[in-house]
Parts: sequence; structure tokens; C-alpha cells
Amino acid sequence: MYVAVKGGERAIENAHAWLVEERRGDTSVSELNIAQIREQLALAVNRVMAEGSLYDPDLAALAIKQARGDLIEAIFLIRAYRTTLPRFGASLPIDTGRMACDRRISATFKDLPGGQVLGPTFDYTHRLLDFKLAAEGEVPEAATREATPGDVPHVAEFLNHGGLIEEARHNDTTPPDLTREPLEMPAERSLRLQALTRADEGFTLGMAYSTQRGYARNHAFVGELRIGAVPVEMDIPELGFSIEIGEVTLTECETVNQFTGSKSEPPQFTRGYGLVFGQTERKAISMALVDRALRWEELGEEDEGAPAQDAEFVLYHADNIQATGFLEHIKLPHYVDFQAELELVRKLREEAGANTAREAAE
Amino acid sequence: MNEDHAPRQRWLGLMAKAPAGRVASLLDEAMTRPAFTWLRAPEVGSTMVRARAGATGGPFNLGEVTVTRCALTLATGEVGHAYIQGRSKADAEAVAVVDALMQTSKAATLQAQVLDLLDAEQTAKRNARAAKAAATKVDFFTMVRGED
Repeated sequence: MYVAVKGGERAIENAHAWLVEERRGDTSVSELNIAQIREQLALAVNRVMAEGSLYDPDLAALAIKQARGDLIEAIFLIRAYRTTLPRFGASLPIDTGRMACDRRISATFKDLPGGQVLGPTFDYTHRLLDFKLAAEGEVPEAATREATPGDVPHVAEFLNHGGLIEEARHNDTTPPDLTREPLEMPAERSLRLQALTRADEGFTLGMAYSTQRGYARNHAFVGELRIGAVPVEMDIPELGFSIEIGEVTLTECETVNQFTGSKSEPPQFTRGYGLVFGQTERKAISMALVDRALRWEELGEEDEGAPAQDAEFVLYHADNIQATGFLEHIKLPHYVDFQAELELVRKLREEAGANTAREAAE
Repeated sequence: MNEDHAPRQRWLGLMAKAPAGRVASLLDEAMTRPAFTWLRAPEVGSTMVRARAGATGGPFNLGEVTVTRCALTLATGEVGHAYIQGRSKADAEAVAVVDALMQTSKAATLQAQVLDLLDAEQTAKRNARAAKAAATKVDFFTMVRGED
């Protein structure tokens, strides 16, 4: 018989106090401040903003500090904070064609208008530990060159002219919002894109990788990858017109995939789309691959039974806050549930024992 | 309303993208702030940022951005609004004050001492980044081939 108890308050308080002390670490080492995290761990900040689904670098930096660098815990903090904010409205759809590009590359066209701009990338580094960084020092200034003013055109536009690639047809329907309505199947593309852009990077990467290895057979080229700042414009009802309310840095990836045609579509290239808050290149490419794999039905492709084609599987397991919430709750007290299981196993053993005894007697 | 919104759109957008504390410090250097009453006290909230599938297709919800807004009215009746990215109530107040004053005889002073400076700073910052990006642009050259 199990009797419900309460307690552990003091233990919990003391555990939290110890957590605070451990978070600070050795006090002879200087303490990190929010600006240091924001400026020097910018890619961690970007991941927390993207998967926390809230663009605010200072808040993300604070969350990383509070979470002792556990990024999923930091994302959890951001998601929880987000729910306390009143929603003022939605922006007009941003125009990534107006992006001030820090980086813009294409793996499909060498000579494209606007050129191949590498930006501040880890690509082509040797991945050797740089021990100079262990010592503090001055940073050499980056080189500059006269820039060509004006917007950089999207690569897909050139292919569009020849009708060689499917068009992303413009429409202005109000998209579903999974922060307001629970995610339900079947999920249209706009809902899938919202789920994917805030999905766990590791999960999305694994799913994308599976398509490259042959599960859903979608050989993708990075048609274009661009990173840079885009203005955010919003209609202000009290003014009666729209204004720019700020600017966000985004990573956009558009893949170009071969498509042999279907009953309704001629052979042409198709597209996968990734767009993520911050400089988050691995995630944006992964998103584009998974988006393309999930589009099999609308393109009239075959269901190969690949995990990355299964929208329900992908979308219901991609959110790391949902996943970690359910996973980690099993470490919390389940004394009563377990007591019931224990009773059951004992009873089954008794019955099995009684049966064996009866059989032996017969 | 038939008036041309473009100038007001421009100055509100310019101030919304200013770094923390910048509008307030430029305003205070330019003049003493007038008395005002709140129509809506500064409030922190969010805006859902939308994007388009494939950059040009149907819209989807990308994620939210923190925004602070407020509205106020000067003793002389002009109404100022602010909607700015981030969580700074002090910055929102300064933006709304400038917005209201831009509808008064102070407009020329503020244009010169706040807005033009912000514009120049933002242009310089954007150009500096663009120049660094341009330096990482690849110049391809064809290797001499041995067949001739």
C-alpha cells in the first residue's frame, strides 16, 4: 500500500542554490556578461533565437547564461518568455530579395549576377585548433573592397526565365500559426515551414542527411545560400500605413532538385526552401532538404516510405522543447504509477507460480 | 487621409532601427523634451514575422520578434507613435516624442540633428559591412589548359 506524501521543499531549495553557485563556477575567474555572450558566442545566440522562435539577441544571450550553456534549456526559457508577450500583430511578408547580404553563394552557377560572396565563413578553414585564441590579443581588421550597390537577385529567378524550375507562385492567404492552433495533420506547406524553421537543428540535420543517403532519393544542389539583414515591415492600424519596425538577420537556402515530371508537371527542377533566424547555415540547408522531401505528395512523387517523407513523423518529433519535456518528465517522481506496476508484476508471478504448482501436481 | 505618408514612414523606420539609446541621446542633445501625456504607455510585446515559401510564394510564420510600442500627445495636440524592435521603453518614448515633434515647427531642427545623423550612421554601418562582404567575393580565373 502506497500512501501519498509531500516533502522535499528544503532539498529543492538547496539544490537550486547550489545550481546558482555551480553556474557561476570558480569565482576567481571573471564572470561572463550578456554582451560578451551576444557578441562572442553569436552562433549559439542565433540557434537559441531560431529554435526559441523569438528574435532578440540579448534575451537569447541571457538564456544561454542562465542555462549554463545548455542550448535546449535556453530555448525552453525563451519559449516560456515568449508566451508572456502580447502579440501586436504580424509583419508583412519579408522580402529576402532586399537582403543586405553578408554571404551569398551558389553551388549551381559559378558566374551569377552579384557573384559568389563568401562572408565570414568556417568553410575552407583547416579545422585545426587555434591556440592563439587561448591568449587574448588584438584582432586584425577585415579587408574591404568597393561594393556594388543594389539588391542581389535570387538564383531561382534566372532558371525561372527558361521555365526550367517550378515557380514559387505568389499568394496572400493568411498562413496557419502553430503557436495559436495545435499542429494537425495533414499539414500544408506553410505550416510545415513554420515547424521546420523552429525545429531542433540536430533532428533536422539527421533527417536531411537521411535524404542524401537515399531515404527519399532527392539529390539536392544548393542553388543559393544567403545570409544578411532584412527589414521587418508592419501595418500600424493607428497610423493607417506600414512602417519598418526593425531588422532581422536571416539565413536563406534554396535547393534545386531534379524532377523527372509527373502527370501534371513537365520535367523541370523543383525547389526546397529553408529560412531561419540568424546566421544558421547548417539548419537552413537541412530545412530546405527536409522541406523538399515532404513535398512528395504535391509534386506527384512516390511515397517510398522514407522517414523524411512522413510529415507526421517529422513534424511531431522535430520540436526539441516538446521532445525534451516528454523525455525528461520520466525522471520525475512516478512512485504511484510504479507502485501499480509492481503490484501487477507480483500478482502475475503469484498466478504463474500457482499454475506451475498445479501443473506439477497434475 | 490623402496626405503623403512617405516622410513619416521613413523617419519612423529609421528610428526603429537605431541602436539602443541613440535616438534618446540625439534628441536630448538637440532640445529639451516637451511635456506630453501618454495615450498608450510603453508596452513590450511581439510581432510575428512572416516570410514567403521559396522567397516569392505563399506566406508562412517564421517566428516572432520583440517589439516595444507607445503613443503620446503633446500639449499642442500632436500625436506621436513608436513601434520599435527590442524591449527598450525609454527608446520607444524618445521615438514617439520625435515623431510628435516632427509635426511641429521643430521638424527642421530634428531632421538635421537627429534623423540625418541616424541616416548617416546607418548608411555608414551598412556600407562598412558591404565592403567587407565585397572583399570576400570570389574572382574566378581560368587555368591555362595544355591543349594548344
